Amino acid sequence: MQDFRQSFSHAAQLIADLDPTLIEIVLLSLKVSLTATLLACVIGMPLGALLATRRFFGKWLVSVVLNTLMGMPPVVLGLLFYMVLSASGPLGWLQLLYTPGAMIIVQTFLVLPIVTALTKQIIEDAWSEYQPLLQSLRVGKWGSAQTLLWDMRTSLLTVALAGFARAISEVGAVIVVGGNINHLTRVMTTAIALETSKGELALALALGMILLLIALTVNALVFSTRQRVTV
Amino acid sequence: MNDARQNPLLPLELKSVALTIGGRPLLSGLNLKVTTPGVTTILGHNGAGKSLLLRLLHGLGTADTGTITWGRQSVAATAVKARQAMVFQQPILLRRSVAANLDYVLQLPHARPILSRKQLLNLASLSAVASQPARTLSGGEQQRLAFVRALATGPDIMFLDEPTANLDPDATQWIEDLIKNARAKSIKIFLVTHDIGQARRLSQDVIFLNKGRIEEHTDAASFFHRPKSAYSQQFVNGVLPASPQSAQ
Ligand SMILES: Nc1ncnc2c1ncn2[C@@H]1O[C@H](COP(=O)(O)OP(=O)(O)OP(=O)(O)O)[C@@H](O)[C@H]1O
Ligand SMILES: [Mg+2]
Repeated sequence: MQDFRQSFSHAAQLIADLDPTLIEIVLLSLKVSLTATLLACVIGMPLGALLATRRFFGKWLVSVVLNTLMGMPPVVLGLLFYMVLSASGPLGWLQLLYTPGAMIIVQTFLVLPIVTALTKQIIEDAWSEYQPLLQSLRVGKWGSAQTLLWDMRTSLLTVALAGFARAISEVGAVIVVGGNINHLTRVMTTAIALETSKGELALALALGMILLLIALTVNALVFSTRQRVTV
Repeated sequence: MNDARQNPLLPLELKSVALTIGGRPLLSGLNLKVTTPGVTTILGHNGAGKSLLLRLLHGLGTADTGTITWGRQSVAATAVKARQAMVFQQPILLRRSVAANLDYVLQLPHARPILSRKQLLNLASLSAVASQPARTLSGGEQQRLAFVRALATGPDIMFLDEPTANLDPDATQWIEDLIKNARAKSIKIFLVTHDIGQARRLSQDVIFLNKGRIEEHTDAASFFHRPKSAYSQQFVNGVLPASPQSAQ
């Protein structure tokens, strides 16, 4: 018990001192997950809008695959990208394995199905209402997708936040392709796993608190935007 | 008198137009020729096919058989569609401000606006609420916005699907003034309404639809004074059709 109390006060000290190791890890986490979320939104939102507004052969299959990928364990995705990016893999020549670049890629693909599927759902609902008007105004497929994305932007912000929450909190994918290398690819979740296994709880606790704080902030943002999505 | 400018989309001609959905013939054997400018009113009971007919005339959806032409061009021609505008039975407003709803249409590539945003807001008397989210407007204000937004593209043809349903007499008067204003700009109007008084006040000619068929198409004066078919007679005189219960 004495140990735990010590760890807590040590953790608080680390945060209060803005410990360089701690800050380095937090900043890398934010950089990787924010970049991945941004990329996933840039690809996934237009994709979701097109899936919602276009009819094509095999659309249901795409939906089923998307929903399945949404629940994919991060570690399995990590394994997949490990094979693709490893020296003997098809993209081995990029030499990305064990770099932040690899972590960004794997998290982008982790978040992409979530962003795409949720966007598709939101845009589908709006489309069923807007369709006659946009058809009457001769707005084309891309123009319609754009209009819908813009008009549903507050709802889509919550989608982006959900994607970010998934990215920042996962361990499996980044540990497999990043390798948890000190000063290079160590992020909050992988550091927590390592430090805890070493029995060094102070840094793990400090990171855990910051992660919780981030989750709290994200949820507060989601909540406050939900309040505004009434009109 | 006001139609100094010849409407390029007239005459409208329908030849044996029919539409069946799910085995139900919803529109059948429609033959029609509309040459007159002004307001053509489509009357008929609920479910008669009025909204469906408007959609076909506007090229939203296609008939199973038959042809629809506007000024001898097919209804599917881009040149035709770009010159038409529709106000839907339930107004569809973008989740934006009143002004942004108008801007959206004014900036469309095929728009040929004759009125500025400011003029449109004035016309609908919505200047004071220009920056308000469109979906927070009252029902009457929403209808007015939907109307002037349709007007914003500078159409030659306007389709109005029950633009005054659920509106009080003042709000109805507003919309009717807007309709007269559009008519004065030689915009041809197709109006669906359940308001016989309104039809009398505005119509040039009347199409009476009954169960997906055109029962009668005549000029307004003859329709309201001596309707030809028994159905239209009952309709004009406000006689309720015999219900299955009362027939027993
Ligand atoms: N997409 C559709 N699928 C199946 N049936 C349809 C469809 N659209 C319309 N109908 C049917 O066609 C008939 C005519 O519909 P329409 O909306 O044209 O009626 P309306 O004359 O406008 O009636 P109201 O005065 O109530 O607006 C109705 O019985 C309706 O159920
Ligand atoms: Mg209708």
